[in-house]
Amino acid sequence: MSPVIKQKGEKFTLPSKYLLFILTILCTGLMVLTFTTSALSTPLSYAAGFLVVPFEKGISKIGSYLNERTEMLQEIQNLIEENESLKQQVADLTNENISLQQDRFELTNLRQLYQLDAEYAEYEKIGARVISKDSGNWYHSFVIDKGTDDGIEENMNVIAGAGLVGRVTSVGKNWAKVTTIISDNVSVSGTVLSTSTNMVITGNLETYADGLIEFGKMVDEKNQVVTGDKLVTSNISDHYLPGILIGYISSLNTDSNNLTKSGYVTPAVDFSHLEEVLVILEQKKTIGE
Amino acid sequence: MRKRVLSVIFLFIMFFCFLLQCTMFKKLSFGGISPNLLIITTTSVGFMRGEKQGLLAGFISGLFIDIFFGDVIGLYAMIYMYIGFLNGKFSRIFYPEDIKLPLALITLSDLSYGMICYIVLFLLRGRLNFLYFFRRIIIPEAVYTIVMSIILYPILLYCYKRLNVDDNRSEADFV
Repeated sequence: MSPVIKQKGEKFTLPSKYLLFILTILCTGLMVLTFTTSALSTPLSYAAGFLVVPFEKGISKIGSYLNERTEMLQEIQNLIEENESLKQQVADLTNENISLQQDRFELTNLRQLYQLDAEYAEYEKIGARVISKDSGNWYHSFVIDKGTDDGIEENMNVIAGAGLVGRVTSVGKNWAKVTTIISDNVSVSGTVLSTSTNMVITGNLETYADGLIEFGKMVDEKNQVVTGDKLVTSNISDHYLPGILIGYISSLNTDSNNLTKSGYVTPAVDFSHLEEVLVILEQKKTIGE
Repeated sequence: MRKRVLSVIFLFIMFFCFLLQCTMFKKLSFGGISPNLLIITTTSVGFMRGEKQGLLAGFISGLFIDIFFGDVIGLYAMIYMYIGFLNGKFSRIFYPEDIKLPLALITLSDLSYGMICYIVLFLLRGRLNFLYFFRRIIIPEAVYTIVMSIILYPILLYCYKRLNVDDNRSEADFV
């Protein structure tokens, strides 16, 4: 650097020691000012909000994105290791499973249909295939491939596997829509087989994530009902024929009113794997008819 | 002129570092500890450009923090200002080729920053468990800051070298 320019530059500047001194006093002054009054905070926070906050919002988004990524990377590390061992296991098990499953599938399907047919022998039934499902993981309703041509009418009961699936809610020429009892808006009047205690069973998709539906309004003063009891459709039900298996009580607790009990039911039917169902061609007789 | 450009660039970097420090690095914190980027910039400006620039850089950095997070305005400004000023003392023995001095200074600055903060903000309120704060906050912050300075310092150095070399050259051409 040439001395001329240096001198020129120094002309306008004051030595750093003085600047430090001045700024120290300024800082102290500001501290005292903010300690005693709040005069400074409003304009400064306004300026900051104007200057910095928009940037921060943007960067925060990037930051949270990166954070997600890093977490993801950590997860990936673990997952890769886990995946290695699991893949091996899966390969072994798949082979075994495929053959077993095919056998079992066939066996249980046939056995259940046979049993069911025997159990509810007094009713005339027709088999139907599920051809379409409500979109969603566990369908509330599904469509079967039989309709008015095969004598199906509205409100006919549908059974499958070990028990009650639901009832036909709308019917066409060669199709019928079945609403299942696990649907959130469906209630079934049920009764405990051993004690004839009536209750209302309500579908609940949230608890059905754990494979359960709710029941409530059960009057059981003598505490006769225990978990594991068999639930069937009751005599007083509007749409359902009596004595069809619904499921088993899995948990039971007294309501806060101390009069009724409620709890959860494990349905007898595996609703997520329905393929064939039986439609009972007999309808519940109601007073009007 | 070049020096002024450099100042502006450093100012921008500082602003950006401040934004990163209180947004992104809060999310990328390890065990609740995020690095102190403003110490890196303040210290770097200090030993690269001398006492005055250092103390100004520190003052501005501190003021950012004060406005947003400080209970009183001026406290952080003062701490950073002194750190910048003291680092400016080392500008005489600073060479761009040497990485040891900058890293040592940054570490030292961050540790002393942590100490000062502990003394002013905790010790004076009767939080006497120094070892806990030292182990839990001051040391991890220093470590994280060093790691970040390995990324950030070359950027600052690049700006500094670029503009400084050009400055000398143009002056040489001129004279």
